Amino acid sequence: MTGTLVTSKVNGDEVQFIADPGETLLDVLRYKLNLMGAKEGCGTGDCGACTVTLNGRIVCSCLVLGVEAEGATIGTIEGMADGNRLHPLQQAFIDHAALQCGICTPGILVAAQKLLERNPDPTEEEIRYWLAGNLCRCTGYDKIVRAVQAAAAQMRA
Amino acid sequence: MALDQPRKFKYVGTRPARPDGIDKVTGRAQYGNDITAPGMLWAKVLRSPHAHARILSIDTSAAEALPGVRAIVTGADFPPIEGDAGMRDVQLNCMATTHVWYEGHAVAAVAATSQAIANKAARLIKVEYEILPHVTDVDAAMAPGAPVVREGQTMENVPAGMSANVTYHSEFGHGDLAAGFARADKIIERNFRTAATHQGYIEPQACLASMTADGRGELWTCTQGHFYFRTACAAILGIEASALRVTASEIGGGFGGKTQVWAEPVALALSKKAGKPVKLTMTRDEVFRGTGPTVTTSITCKIGMTKDGRITAGEATLRYSGGAFHTGTCDMGAMAAFASYDLDAVRTYGWNVLTNRPKEISYRAPGAPQAIYAVESTIDELCQLLNLDPLDVRIKNAAKAGTKSSYGVVFEEMGLLAALKAAKAHPHWNSPVPEGASRGVACGFWFNFGGNTCVSLNIGTDGTVAVSEGNPDIGGSRASISLMAAEELGVPYEKVRTVIADTGTLGYNDNTDGSRVTFAVGLATIRAAQEAKKDMMRRAAAIWGIDAEAVEWVDGAAVPAGPNAGKFPPMTLAEIAAQSFQTGGPIAGHCDFQADGAGVSFGVHIADVAVDQETGKTKVLRYTVFQDAGKAVHPDYVEGQMQGGAVQGIGMALNEEYIYSDKGVILNPGFLDYRIPVASDMPMIETVILEIPNPGHPYGVRGVGETPIVPPLATLTNAISRGIGKRLYELPMSPPRVLKAIKGH
Repeated sequence: MTGTLVTSKVNGDEVQFIADPGETLLDVLRYKLNLMGAKEGCGTGDCGACTVTLNGRIVCSCLVLGVEAEGATIGTIEGMADGNRLHPLQQAFIDHAALQCGICTPGILVAAQKLLERNPDPTEEEIRYWLAGNLCRCTGYDKIVRAVQAAAAQMRA
Repeated sequence: MALDQPRKFKYVGTRPARPDGIDKVTGRAQYGNDITAPGMLWAKVLRSPHAHARILSIDTSAAEALPGVRAIVTGADFPPIEGDAGMRDVQLNCMATTHVWYEGHAVAAVAATSQAIANKAARLIKVEYEILPHVTDVDAAMAPGAPVVREGQTMENVPAGMSANVTYHSEFGHGDLAAGFARADKIIERNFRTAATHQGYIEPQACLASMTADGRGELWTCTQGHFYFRTACAAILGIEASALRVTASEIGGGFGGKTQVWAEPVALALSKKAGKPVKLTMTRDEVFRGTGPTVTTSITCKIGMTKDGRITAGEATLRYSGGAFHTGTCDMGAMAAFASYDLDAVRTYGWNVLTNRPKEISYRAPGAPQAIYAVESTIDELCQLLNLDPLDVRIKNAAKAGTKSSYGVVFEEMGLLAALKAAKAHPHWNSPVPEGASRGVACGFWFNFGGNTCVSLNIGTDGTVAVSEGNPDIGGSRASISLMAAEELGVPYEKVRTVIADTGTLGYNDNTDGSRVTFAVGLATIRAAQEAKKDMMRRAAAIWGIDAEAVEWVDGAAVPAGPNAGKFPPMTLAEIAAQSFQTGGPIAGHCDFQADGAGVSFGVHIADVAVDQETGKTKVLRYTVFQDAGKAVHPDYVEGQMQGGAVQGIGMALNEEYIYSDKGVILNPGFLDYRIPVASDMPMIETVILEIPNPGHPYGVRGVGETPIVPPLATLTNAISRGIGKRLYELPMSPPRVLKAIKGH
């Protein structure tokens, strides 16, 4: 197995890694770059727990190969807060008890951040459809939707 | 400990931020799969492709020859457990020996220097099988002449002449059934079936195991009970419990599904053999094929009712299968089925049946959703036949304090009637049913549990409080435990830090299950705090030179008890703590006990649904949950349990099922085809928390986690059946099944 040298930008920092041909971006992030925030819930792109941004679009990092990240700009949950200052979505998730076990939370936050960039005032239905690819088994989604609404309102203010 | 006056609380009942919140929104929280160790190996389990087969041989030579492979284990590497049939079953479920009993049953495992090599090596292991006849349907497995899953499993209370797959029988109830049915104006008997469903936690099982040459081990794992995991792993490996230390990682959901070991003993055995740490993470496919779903059931329910809505008799036969292993879940169903009602004549019969399916493991109120679905559906049909209001009928028959329950105990104070009356008064029930929609209602029940519990509470010299408890925090329990410690000690919530201790540093704690943690660990925390307070009052008394009995604890400080005790300003917890080295050393409280008096739990759900007449798809338009929490310690997380449990129950009702091929192979082992509710499927879930104090807890707390999954099955059945004008008797009510009912073919 010959690896490929890949250079990309993760959370604003340039990184280099050797990607094996079959290695997913998720495994690269977790085991080569030690960014454990993205989770593998299914490995088939069905649960959204591994959601990251790739060149500004949200992707399931379990469905992207590490070698595809050459020259790409990647954003993960670890890059969402500004130092100790949480993103309004992160604070809203704590304030509104929008997580129970928290395993889906990183993926949902990354996806929700992208939604609010595109649509600062989403309806409940728009939030629900945007997050339909991010499974949460604990909350029943109610408090997640409310937290996204609250963060959106705060960011508009 | 009955509460005459509602107690006033300072911290309990508030909604502070959970202590692990920041870690979980920043990606820092460490779950089962989130740690690595230097020199670590990666593991892969090989699983049976057959539903039932004899293992003739296992040839590992090709796998062993692959560069990078460090260890391979099979059933032969686990010393057979003698004298504990239950633990032997756990061992056999972790790794098959002579037979595989379900598709997905583990037969071998490999540890290698990379996941890719481990995966490749697992494929190189050659297993020769003799395929045997299989059965996956519970009714088929009970029929005479059915393929026998396992010989010799039948218990003595099973009548002779039944299929060898019937292993266990139980019976509960009281009163004269014949007389009860004779008093009824209407009697109906209906048959119900429910599919196996999976807990569907988003985090697959994952662990990191490290055994050293001296026979000692460390295990990091996502678990609902690391103390039980230590017990089970030690038994399965044949080592002493003290040789193994288990640390619970953050846990990415469990719902009962992480109360049993699968991966852990295998990872430990691989580590022992390889002399290196081993990481074993299941894939989602393996989680579906290899870990426990719920029971699959076939239930017959017969109820008699007078024309004014009094239930005169109820009888139910519950045929449950928890796969190829004995389970007692049919007892839970048989005990829970009629628990909501005050009945003169009631009888339930439980049967456990073996099938070639994975071993059932608990899923939120195990056994109750299915049984109560049958009862609540039958009652609703009677209400329709007798033209009665379904909520009024339930109020008329509701069990209350003093009722002899259908499973024998006499109920204490409880909140069923309060929930029913709250439902009847609620705007949801009193609003017109939307055009094209229909409405359903149902009750639910769970026993709740206390159990073995051990908590240590240490007062820091700076006046802060450290609580060590032993139950993994699966949905905000650290916040609730901290709130109760703060309340009892009279110090701010922010001064308390609650941690989950590992198995080496605290006494045994039962699993995080049975809705027990906020109740039992909370009670232990309160008692530990009381012990620490007693010590602090003794020290204040010594400083003041008065009797310890002359000191009481008020609002976070020791104060003289009354004017005769002397005049001293209050001495705060922080002041006493600061002087502790001069007054006798560290201050701590401890509690180890078996918590009793958990207090039963009831809920009532209302749903409005719209069924698409062309596709059979059901849309939930509005959903309201009413439940008695005794006392909601952190109301956000009580609501969260009510909402999350309800949506899981909605999933059971509408979509979720294990689908098998005619070869006994699961056809939908992934989230694409086993579809759990997604955000766009659901409306907001309204919650109404009732607080009828549990007499068994000083704050009145009762568990809330499990009950909410129970009512949705019948709530939606009743709503859909009323909407389409046809009764449905089988779950899930997936679009094809509903469409078939609508079209009549």
